[in-house]
Amino acid sequence: MAAPDPGRRSRILQGGFGPLTNMSIALVSTFVFLLVVVLLIVNAPGWETVKQSFFNVGEGRDTFPLVARAFLLNVKMFLIAEALILVFALVIAVMRGLPGPVFFPLRALAIAYTDFFRGVPTILVIYVLGFGAPGLNLTGVPTNPVVWGVVGLVLVYSAYVSEVYRAGIESIHPSQEAAARSLGLSRAQALRFVILPQAVRRVIPPLLNDFIGLQKDTALVSVLGSVDALQQANINSAADFNYTPYLIAAFFFVIITIPLARFTDWLIARERRRRQAGGVA
Amino acid sequence: MSAQGGLVVEGLHKSFGRSDVLRGIDLSVAEHEVVCLIGASGSGKSTLLRCVNLLEPIDAGRIVVNGEEITAPGVDVNRVRRGIGIVFQAFNLFPHMSVLDNVTLGPRRALGLPRAEAEAEARDLLTRFGLAEKVDDYPDRLSGGQQQRVAIVRALATRPRLMLLDEITSALDPELVAEVLEVVRGLAREGMTMVIATHEMGFARDIANRVCFLDGGVILEQGPPEQIFTAPREDRTQQFLARIIAAGRM
Repeated sequence: MAAPDPGRRSRILQGGFGPLTNMSIALVSTFVFLLVVVLLIVNAPGWETVKQSFFNVGEGRDTFPLVARAFLLNVKMFLIAEALILVFALVIAVMRGLPGPVFFPLRALAIAYTDFFRGVPTILVIYVLGFGAPGLNLTGVPTNPVVWGVVGLVLVYSAYVSEVYRAGIESIHPSQEAAARSLGLSRAQALRFVILPQAVRRVIPPLLNDFIGLQKDTALVSVLGSVDALQQANINSAADFNYTPYLIAAFFFVIITIPLARFTDWLIARERRRRQAGGVA
Repeated sequence: MSAQGGLVVEGLHKSFGRSDVLRGIDLSVAEHEVVCLIGASGSGKSTLLRCVNLLEPIDAGRIVVNGEEITAPGVDVNRVRRGIGIVFQAFNLFPHMSVLDNVTLGPRRALGLPRAEAEAEARDLLTRFGLAEKVDDYPDRLSGGQQQRVAIVRALATRPRLMLLDEITSALDPELVAEVLEVVRGLAREGMTMVIATHEMGFARDIANRVCFLDGGVILEQGPPEQIFTAPREDRTQQFLARIIAAGRM
């Protein structure tokens, strides 16, 4: 069988006139599009007011370092929460897959957990934990709102991520477990050495997708009063009667999530290429 | 481990929902004997092999392997399975592991061998089966015949005394069948006890000490290959073989 000509295939699927011409057409059309949008905005009757309150260069310059420093807290919360979620969600997913009547309580618990925390708004969980838990005045219970914010994020996101894991585990054909068990491996060993490594690899793109959501949801912790990027922007914006700090905060969230999104796309594309090339599962 | 090798199956029943797949199987296989199971698809060949490897819970009957009743309550299924190798129609290699890791998984995790020892043994086995150059490859880089040979080596790596082969050439391109069957012939020459479900009648005739014809969940007829293939006693056996001959498979 002759190998399909990739250039020809993409021309049929995407339309176009060859790579170089395509690129210049894309550049010109993007430029024209942006030009039209910008002209529309700056010629709007209220543009001068909006420009003063949202795009104030002086305000931006003054608040940029403050928001940047506060954003480090978002990054820190994101990294800690992510590590905890990866482990905790896996425990939930495995619990939900335990076989037999003996493990019914654990299975039921896992189901109740995912149902509850996927149903309740994240901001509510953070409120209740952040104000409720320290309010108990128990010795040893941390009072730092950041801690409770992270706990809330871990609880909510683990419910989503455990479902992603579960989908991955269930996508592995039962014959893989049969093959592992036939060698004398226990069920736990089959899970650890054969099923989970394949399942996790399959769900990396959807996992990253959830982490993009997590990254921006770290801003929700600001409702507890901790000074993250959003809260810092709040403070400056209230003090200076100007919204530019919010745009600065948005800028920081975007420069983290966009590379993560492109990386996810790249992984998905690579997976698709592999499947098409591999053929045999 | 008992000195008494081989396999005894008595009154084995197995149903999936309302379909009775095995309806009283009695079979005994002596040590070093090669028994081929023939019969139409759905006659219960695969289910029988999966029951013997305890991959399917049975409804009634008992199974004795190497003198131990493996269907008795409280038997350690993981230990039992180490003594029985099974090779599947669809290879079922682990796609995320190299050939070497596929073969050493059982010895390392089930037998508890140190990595170096398991790898040395695996390399020896792979070399014996002509796979020395494929040690570091991943399964998707191998031909079907090579994959199935790796699967056989993987099953042998836990040093089983009984091998179960479940239509191991059915998923292969015709030109790849011979290399796999040659491996099985080698095992037979070395005296491995084997139960082989197969559609390759020429091969069964060639390698089996005894052929069992399964029909409707029971062993309807069994005997030496010459008798089964040239003078079958049962009508159903004659009809089955006539269909095989009509399909040009014998």
